[in-house]
Amino acid sequence: MEFLHNFTFGVYPYIAVTTFLLGSWIRFDREQYTWKSDSSQLLSKCGMRFASNLFHYGVIGLFFGHLAGLLTPHFVFAALGLADMTHQWIAIGAGAVFGGACLIGAVALWLRRMTNPRVRANSRRADINILGWLVLTVALGLSTLPISIHHASAGDASVMIRLADWVQSIVYLHPEPTLLQSVAAVYQFHIFLGMTVFLFFPFTRLVHVWSAPFGYLSRAYQIVRTKRRRIAC
Amino acid sequence: MKVRAQFALVFNLDKCIGCHTCSVTCKNVWSNRKGIEYAWFNNVESKPGIGYPKQWENQDIWRGGWELVDGKLQLKSGSKVSRLLNIFANPDMPEIDDYYEPFTFDYAHLQNAKLSEAAPTARPVSQLTGKKMDKIKWGPNWEDDLAGEYDKRAKDVNMKDLEKQIYSQFENTFHMYLPRMCNHCLNPSCVAACPSGSIYKREEDGIVLVDQDKCRGWRQCVSSCPYKKVYYNWESGKAEKCIGCYPRVESGMPTICSESCVGRIRYNGIMLYDADRIEELASTTDEQDIYEAHRSIFLDPNDPEVIAAARRDGVPDDWIDAARRSPIWKMAMEWKIAFPMHPEFRTLPMVWYVPPLSPVQSAIDQGKLPTEPDGMLPRADAMRLPLQYLASLFTAGKEQPVFDALNKLMAMRSYQRSVHVDNKADTRALDKVGLTEQQAKDMYQLMAIANYEDRFVIPTGHAELDLEDFHGFQGQNGFSFGNDSSPGVSVISLFPTRRKEAAEAQEFPPAAAPVGDES
Repeated sequence: MEFLHNFTFGVYPYIAVTTFLLGSWIRFDREQYTWKSDSSQLLSKCGMRFASNLFHYGVIGLFFGHLAGLLTPHFVFAALGLADMTHQWIAIGAGAVFGGACLIGAVALWLRRMTNPRVRANSRRADINILGWLVLTVALGLSTLPISIHHASAGDASVMIRLADWVQSIVYLHPEPTLLQSVAAVYQFHIFLGMTVFLFFPFTRLVHVWSAPFGYLSRAYQIVRTKRRRIAC
Repeated sequence: MKVRAQFALVFNLDKCIGCHTCSVTCKNVWSNRKGIEYAWFNNVESKPGIGYPKQWENQDIWRGGWELVDGKLQLKSGSKVSRLLNIFANPDMPEIDDYYEPFTFDYAHLQNAKLSEAAPTARPVSQLTGKKMDKIKWGPNWEDDLAGEYDKRAKDVNMKDLEKQIYSQFENTFHMYLPRMCNHCLNPSCVAACPSGSIYKREEDGIVLVDQDKCRGWRQCVSSCPYKKVYYNWESGKAEKCIGCYPRVESGMPTICSESCVGRIRYNGIMLYDADRIEELASTTDEQDIYEAHRSIFLDPNDPEVIAAARRDGVPDDWIDAARRSPIWKMAMEWKIAFPMHPEFRTLPMVWYVPPLSPVQSAIDQGKLPTEPDGMLPRADAMRLPLQYLASLFTAGKEQPVFDALNKLMAMRSYQRSVHVDNKADTRALDKVGLTEQQAKDMYQLMAIANYEDRFVIPTGHAELDLEDFHGFQGQNGFSFGNDSSPGVSVISLFPTRRKEAAEAQEFPPAAAPVGDES
C-alpha cells in the first residue's frame, strides 16, 4: 500500500509528464498529418455551440486555475497579500464555476458522441475514452468541493497548501508523496485521473491544445509561399 | 508595382451543356476517397437554383467573404479576436446535410439475393454510418435541369429582385448551367481565415493550397470561403480543396476539368497583376464598381514597363510571353466579355465567366422578339435569361457591362452568320457594338472553333528555379521513414490511424468463374 502510494505520487507523475512531453514531440515531428482537433461538427452541428463552448472554456479555466493556484510558490501569495483563506475561497468559487461548465459541456459532448449515429459511427475508441476520462476527472474534481468548503468554513487551509506543496515538490524534482498521505481519498483519485490525462494526451486528439492559434492575432491576413530563390534587389 | 503571375480560367457558359464530365473526372482523380466523397472540387449547378451546398451564395447565412468595416476590409465572419473566441464551435459552419449525406448502393445484393418473386433492389447505404438509408433526400446536383419545386429553386439569391412569379410560368422559365470550382482568388478569404496559417497562395502561379500537415481542422476556411469551395474531410480532420491540378499545370497541361470538357468551354491562361493593389482594389466602396476595379489590377503584358517590372520580380520570360497570348486576357480585358462571379464577395476570384445567351430561334421565327438590325438575332435585353439575373451573378447587379458583353457575342454571331449563310459580310451589328471585323474573327476562332492550343496557353513551371536541393531529395520518393510520400499514417503507429477503409458494410459479389475454364 505504502509502495503503491509512493509510486503513484512519487514516480507516476514523472512517467506521465515524460510521456506527455516526449510523446507530443515525437508525434509532432513524425506524424503531423494526425495533429488536428478532429472536429465532428460537420457531421452534426446540433448543440455544438452550447456543449463545445461550455466544455472548452470550462477546461481552459480549470487548466489555468490549477496552474496558477498550485504552481505559484507560497511566498508569492504572501508577498501579494493574498491570505490563504481568500485563496481557498477563490479556488472553490472558480473551480465550481469552470468545473461545472466543463462537466455540463463534457457530458453533453459525450452523450452526443454516443447517441448521434453519424458521430458514433465515426468515433475512434480513443475519442470516446478520452472524453469519458475527462468527464470522470472533472466529476471527481467537483466532488472534492464539499470537503474543501468544509475545510474553508473551519478556517483550515492546510490541505490546499499540502496539495500545492506536493505539486511543487514534483516540479522541483524532489517528490514528497507523503504530503498526500492524509489527504482525503477523493483528492487522490482526482489527482491520479488528472495525471493520467497527461499520459494519454499524445495518443489522442488532445494534442491540438498545443496548437492554440494565438499567432493568428498578429499575422497578416494573406500568406504567400514561394519555392523560388529570392532575387537580390 | 509588384508583378505576380496568376493561373486563371474562363468558362464560356454559352457552350456549357451541363454534362458534368468536368465534375466526374475531377472526382475520379482527386476526391474519390473516404471523408471527402461528398466534396466536389468541381461541380455544375443548374441556375436558377440554390446550388451546392444549399444556398451557398447567401452570405446572410454563411457569412463568407469580406466586408468593409469603416472602409477597411474585414472577414464577414468577424474580427480576428471574435473569430478565435468562436473557434470551439464555428457558428457559420455548414453541416453535412447542407451538402448531402454521401451514399453508395448495396450493389452486391443484386447478385447475392436468394431467388424471389420480385427483382432484388440495391438499396442506398449511407457512407457516414454504413446503415441502409430509407431515402436519398439531396445530392450534389439535386436541382439538375430545373428539377424540383420552383418555390425552392427560387430561393436562389440572384432571384431576390426579380418578379419571381413571372418566371415560374412555363413559357417564361429560364435555365443556365454554372460550373464552379475554386476561384484561386487574389484576395482569398480562406487564407485570411485560417488560424493556423496552413492555407497559402503560391507566388509562382497563384494557386491556393492547403498545407495538409499544418492544417489543424479549425474549420474557419470552410465557412469563410463565400463560394463554399473548401471542404472538411471528416475522415482525416483536415480541410481540402481544389488544387488547381498543380501537378498538371506545372507540366504545362490544363486542369483535368478543362482537359475533359466536351463543350470546350474552359480556357486556362496566365494573367499578370499588381500585387501591391490587392487590398486597395478589394476595398472599393461601391460593390458595383468592384468588377471594374478587379479589371484594373491586371497589367498589360505588352507594356515594356510591365515587362521590365515582371522580370525584376522574378516572372520568367516564357510566362510573360504566355501572358501575352493569354486567352483570359483577350476575353476579360480586350473584348470585355468575361466576368468574375460575385465580385461583391471581395475575394477577387480568378475563374471568370462568359455569360450565356439563350436559345431563341423559335421565338424569333414566331416574330415574338425584337431583333438586331440583321433581323435574325434577338436583342440582348430581349432574351429569355433576365439580364438582371446575370448581372446579380457577375457584376453585383450592374447591368450595363453584361448587356454590352451579350451584345458583342450576338454581334459576332450576326457577322459570322452573314459570312457563312449569306456569303456577304454584314458588319452592321459589329459597328453597333464597336467591334472590328478582325476582332469578330478572333472571337470566333477562340470561342467557336476553340482549338486546344488556343484554349490552353500554359507555361511550364520552373522547377530549376525552386529552392529545393534535388540531390537532397534523391531516393526519397517511394521510400521514407517519415510522412513524406505516404498517406500520413504508418501501418504500425502509436497514434490514431484511419478509422477503417469504408463505413459501409463490405459485401462482396460472388466470384466470377475464370474465363476460358471449361472443365
